[in-house]
Amino acid sequence: MGTLELIQLNLLSPVVLAFFLGMLATLVRSDLKIPDELYQALSVYLLLAIGLKGGVELAASSPGDFLLPAAGALALASAIPLWSYIILRKVGRLSVPDAAAIAAHYGSVSAVTFLATLAFLSALEIPYEGFLPALLAIMEVPAIIIALVIARANLPGRTSWGEVLHEILAGKSIVLLLGGLAIGYAVGREGFAAVEPFFVTPFHGVLALFLLEMGMVAAQRLPDLRKAGPFLVAFAIVMPVLHGLIGVFVGNWVGLSLGGSVVLGVLSASASYIAAPAAVRLSLPEANPTFYLTTSLAITFPFNLAVGIPLYYAFAKFIL
Amino acid sequence: MDLKLLKLVTIVAEAVISDKIVREIKELGATGYTITAAEGQGSRGVRASEWEGKNMRIETLVGEAVSEAILQMLATHYFPNYAVVAYVEDVRVVRGDKYV
Repeated sequence: MGTLELIQLNLLSPVVLAFFLGMLATLVRSDLKIPDELYQALSVYLLLAIGLKGGVELAASSPGDFLLPAAGALALASAIPLWSYIILRKVGRLSVPDAAAIAAHYGSVSAVTFLATLAFLSALEIPYEGFLPALLAIMEVPAIIIALVIARANLPGRTSWGEVLHEILAGKSIVLLLGGLAIGYAVGREGFAAVEPFFVTPFHGVLALFLLEMGMVAAQRLPDLRKAGPFLVAFAIVMPVLHGLIGVFVGNWVGLSLGGSVVLGVLSASASYIAAPAAVRLSLPEANPTFYLTTSLAITFPFNLAVGIPLYYAFAKFIL
Repeated sequence: MDLKLLKLVTIVAEAVISDKIVREIKELGATGYTITAAEGQGSRGVRASEWEGKNMRIETLVGEAVSEAILQMLATHYFPNYAVVAYVEDVRVVRGDKYV
C-alpha cells in the first residue's frame, strides 16, 4: 500500500473525520458547542480507559520485554526537549521562557494522537504490544520537568519547585494514567472484565466526540498562526517528522514490533496539550501561550493526525 | 434591617490560577468567597487556560484593609503575566459582622 493510500485510509476514519467536522463547525460559525463539563468528563474517561487497558496488558507481558522499550521512551522524552530548546533559541531566536515552554510541549506527548495511531493500526490489522500505554505515561512528565529546569537555570527568581512538581505530578492526566495502569495491573484480565463493556466498547465513540471538540478548539487557534510566524509554523511541522522518524528508529532498535515502533514514533512526534499547558502556564507565566498552544494544537496535532501517522508507518515498514 | 458597609472584591481570572488566588485571599483575611465560571474576552484575547476550563469569577466580602491587601497581592503576583481583572465596590451587607 502506497503512502498516499495510507493517508487516505487514515483520513477516512470516523475519529479523524470528527476532528475535521469540529474545525469546519468553527469555521462556518456553527452554534455547535460541547459543554465544558462534558469535555472534562470525556477526557477523564479516555485517560482512565487508556491506563486501565495498558495496566491489564502490562500485567500479562513479561518485564524483560518492557524494560528496554521503557528505557528508549525515557531517553527520547529527555532528549527531545533539549535539542528542541536549542533550536528554538539559536535558530528561532525565541526568548528563554518561550523556547522552554515550546520544548516542554514537544517533549511531552499527546494521548489523543496515541489513540488515533492505535485505531489506525487496528484498521490495518497490525498487532502491537499491549504495554504501549505505559510508554505514554513514561513520556508525559520528563520533558516538562527538563524544560522547566532549563528555564530556571536561565532565569532568576522563580516560584517554588514544590508547587510546580505538584502541578505536574498531581495533574489529572498523570493521576488517571498512572492510577489506571496500577488498577489494571492489580486486577488483571479477569478483574477488568467487570468494567470492560463500559471502558472498551464505547471507547472509539467517546474519542470521536472528544476530537470533535478538539477540532473546534484547534480551528479557534488558526487566526493565531500569523502571530506565531513562519519559523514556528515550520518548526511545528518539521520537528514532528524528525522526531517521528527517530522514534520509529529507536522503537525498532529496542525490539518493538512494527506496530510498536510506529507508536513510539508517534509518541516522539506528538506535542502535549493537556498536561503541559497547565503546568507551563503556572510555572512559566512569561511564556506566550499563543506560541505553545498554536504550534502544538493548531499545527502539530492536525498534521500528525492527517499525515504524520501514515508517514511514520510507511517509514517503519521501510526500515523493517 | 441593620446593614454593614463592606467592600465587595470581584476578581475575574484564568481558571488555572483560581485555586492559588483563593488560597491567598483566605490567607489575607477573607472569611469566605464565591466562585463561578465566567466567559469573556479582554485585552489579552484568548486564554491559555481555555483548553483547561474557562475563566473564574471570585467574589469576596471583606473590610477595607483586607480589600487593599488583596489588590496589592494581585498586583505583585498576577497582573504582570496573567489575565486578571479586579475591582472593588462599596456594598451594604446583611449580617455584615460575619465578614470582618
